[in-house]
Amino acid sequence: MSDVQLPNSGQTAADEPDGGRTPVRFRNPGLPAHRHRMADFDPRAAKRAERQVLVMLGLSALGTIFFIVAYFAVPLDGTFATLQVSNITLGLGLGFGIFFIGTAAVHLAKTLMPDTEMFDERHPQRGTKEERDDAAAIMVQSGQESGLGRRPFILGGLVGAAALAPLPAVVLLRDLGPLPGDALAETLWDEGVRLALDPSAEPILASDVTLGSVFHVIPENLYESDHFLDEKAKAAVLIMRVDPDVVEYDEDRVGWDVDGIYAFSKICTHVGCPVALYEQQTHHLLCPCHQSTFDLTQHCKVIFGPAKRALPQLPISVDDEGYLVAQSDFLEPPGPSYWERG
Amino acid sequence: MSTPAGSTAAFTPTSRTARLSAGAADYLDERIGAARLVKGFARKVFPDHWSFMLGEIALYSFVILLISGTFLALFYVPSMTLVEYEGSYAPMYGVTMSEAYASSLNLSFDIRGGLLMRQVHHWSALIFVAAIVVHMLRVFFTGAFRKPREFNWVLGVVLAVLALAEGFTGYSLPDDLLSGNGLRIIEGVILAIPVVGTYITFFLFGGEFPGETIIPRLYILHVFVLPGIILAVIALHLALVVAHKHTQYPGPGRTNDNVVGFPLMPVYAAKAGGFFFIVFGVIILISGLVSINAIWVYGPYDPSPVSAGTQPDWYIGFVDGLLRLMPGQPEFTLAGFTLSLNVFLPSLVVPGLMVMALLAYPFLEQWVTGDNREHHLLDRPRNAPVRTGIGVMAITSYCVMWAAAGNDLMALAFRMSINDLTWFLRFMFFVLPPVAFVVTKRICLSLQRKDRELALHGHETGRVVRTADGEYFEVHEPLSDTERWLLVQHETYRPMAIPPKAHEDGRKPSVVERVRANLSGFFFEDRVEPVTPRELAAAQHHGEHEAIEQPTGDEAARRELTSGTPD
Repeated sequence: MSDVQLPNSGQTAADEPDGGRTPVRFRNPGLPAHRHRMADFDPRAAKRAERQVLVMLGLSALGTIFFIVAYFAVPLDGTFATLQVSNITLGLGLGFGIFFIGTAAVHLAKTLMPDTEMFDERHPQRGTKEERDDAAAIMVQSGQESGLGRRPFILGGLVGAAALAPLPAVVLLRDLGPLPGDALAETLWDEGVRLALDPSAEPILASDVTLGSVFHVIPENLYESDHFLDEKAKAAVLIMRVDPDVVEYDEDRVGWDVDGIYAFSKICTHVGCPVALYEQQTHHLLCPCHQSTFDLTQHCKVIFGPAKRALPQLPISVDDEGYLVAQSDFLEPPGPSYWERG
Repeated sequence: MSTPAGSTAAFTPTSRTARLSAGAADYLDERIGAARLVKGFARKVFPDHWSFMLGEIALYSFVILLISGTFLALFYVPSMTLVEYEGSYAPMYGVTMSEAYASSLNLSFDIRGGLLMRQVHHWSALIFVAAIVVHMLRVFFTGAFRKPREFNWVLGVVLAVLALAEGFTGYSLPDDLLSGNGLRIIEGVILAIPVVGTYITFFLFGGEFPGETIIPRLYILHVFVLPGIILAVIALHLALVVAHKHTQYPGPGRTNDNVVGFPLMPVYAAKAGGFFFIVFGVIILISGLVSINAIWVYGPYDPSPVSAGTQPDWYIGFVDGLLRLMPGQPEFTLAGFTLSLNVFLPSLVVPGLMVMALLAYPFLEQWVTGDNREHHLLDRPRNAPVRTGIGVMAITSYCVMWAAAGNDLMALAFRMSINDLTWFLRFMFFVLPPVAFVVTKRICLSLQRKDRELALHGHETGRVVRTADGEYFEVHEPLSDTERWLLVQHETYRPMAIPPKAHEDGRKPSVVERVRANLSGFFFEDRVEPVTPRELAAAQHHGEHEAIEQPTGDEAARRELTSGTPD
């Protein structure tokens, strides 16, 4: 309290320049005189308010009946048109049925119930001296009667046992899922796995990938997997064919493309959205979720946005029948970063 | 019922209805002490103000969520087992999808009123979170979190966080393409947690993303665990409102020791009860007329496709926006481990800090003011300029983050480069909040000066009078006592004295002492104090036409002494 510096605090009336005739602070003038409503003194106004409440209740009943009629009168046949009619009619009926009960109650309260303001006194949360002393005495007595103060080992044992007791609950959660292992780093791609169209899984002939085109790709064996969505979430790939000269030379990646057909992971290295937008003119790939932008001409290096790492490239070649195949798995884990990724 | 309000005369039952009610009352009283309950609560006074209805909207939308959610749960199947869709929506016929998505489609196309209930559920979720946020802003800007209500503020922050969690778990349940991509982002975010991220992901999803268990797990959280906790916290929140009695705005007749308003029975019950039906009705009308989240357009979840312009529900937008604003550079590899600060900071650290700041604010402000009294009269926001400035600053940074979540849509609508727009928002994230603080604080101080001006000189009448001496002045009409009270009733804090280099006993002031004094200076250095009766008397003494400069503090007292002497 000593730190509170309120205006005029510490001043007495005697300090005042006019010797205390003017009060230091304004006094609360009290509640202004109550203003009566029309319905308080005019019986006709009261009657009118009563009628208005009744009209609202009537409208509510109409709304409810309208809802029930609409429920049976508007059948659903699987088209969007009937769905829309059904939704609007049901919504209007039920909505008005409920809304007008509310307005009726509020209108009744505001026009016909008394509107003179009432006072309640407030009491501080803090108990009185006696209450606090009694409470303290009870706590002290309980402490003594429990005897824990005199027998500290019981207290220690209790705390220890109680602290251990929840551990089984934590242990029980262990089987929520398997340990990660290398699962995030391994995909279905492997030497000789054919690149196939998403979602039909038809293999892709290198000759069908014309200059400037882009294909959404999955491993041909995707649907043989038990959890194909899990596999797809790691293995989805985009292939694009460009003039090989526009792509920067990188000696580590020589032979990873097939005549300018480049395969890159489609899973964003930021938080895993599909990098689904390809800009043919600039050779940029854009993630629609957070706008990370990858430049194909720099092996999908990040040129804008919140991702840090380039999209992993899938080394590809052509098999005997002319279909595109992977040379191996990705050489680094695809998708968002994680601690053990390295 | 038929007795006049306030009458305490003994009630003698006469009619048949009255005799029946008396019998029922007697039965209940002898078993559950109903008389004491009625006597204690039925005439409890609640103050009236539109801004007190914001919390009510939040409460009512939660009730509506429970009602509509129960209906949805009768038909929704929380399973990721893949099935072929065989419902009546032709474009999806034969498509492989999870049972969750198929049952969500059935709710729209095969269950009459199902779409309406889904819309009611979704709309009331949006409104639930919005009402909580606006209610929190009201509580913040009026200082309703001050002693003794600090714990209730904390409970409110907990409710806000739980509401976000409820919203997110529910958002994912239809298992459509949009919500699946949302889950994918969550997976990426959890993976970015240092050391344990991968393990949490595998435990949460029961293995790799998306797996086959996440939907049933989110479902039990969404329909049982989280609502149960929310209900319990709401009960505590309301119990404390009853225990503290509601705050009230300052005004004639309202003091820190009373509460002025209307009794629970019948007025408040009718108004608040009626308001529940109004909120419910309006939400149903919106749901009937404005359909959102047309899941049948998106298709089932598949990790490969995505639609451009994807947006989360509005309340997750600020996190998504911050994820978009954050540049990628702060991801690095250390001793063979990857630390993705580009994801971890915006998605988990910053929201965590925001919640911490919310939890800490009431305690921080009390520490700065050192004011240990109970406060039941609300502040007008202008009378707490620094607090109001801090609040507007927080809103501004929130809005920048939130706007960033729509950067792609804005770039499209205004034909701007998305890169330029993102850079612009990155700068605004740092520039706008401080600007908002300074501007708001100045506006508050100006409004206080306006209040002083009005209290001292009254209303301008527009009537210009020429005195016999040829002097012109405009006649001002003085305020009535009740009118003036609102302008002069508040108290202002003064900054603490900066501690001396050494205390009298030679002890050096601690860092804590100095921080506290500096914060106190930050909060209260610039202030406009309310008009005192002396100042008003002086103003009237000088004549209504003469402008009085607004003196404060000691200067005011000095000037008073000189100007108070007879000419």
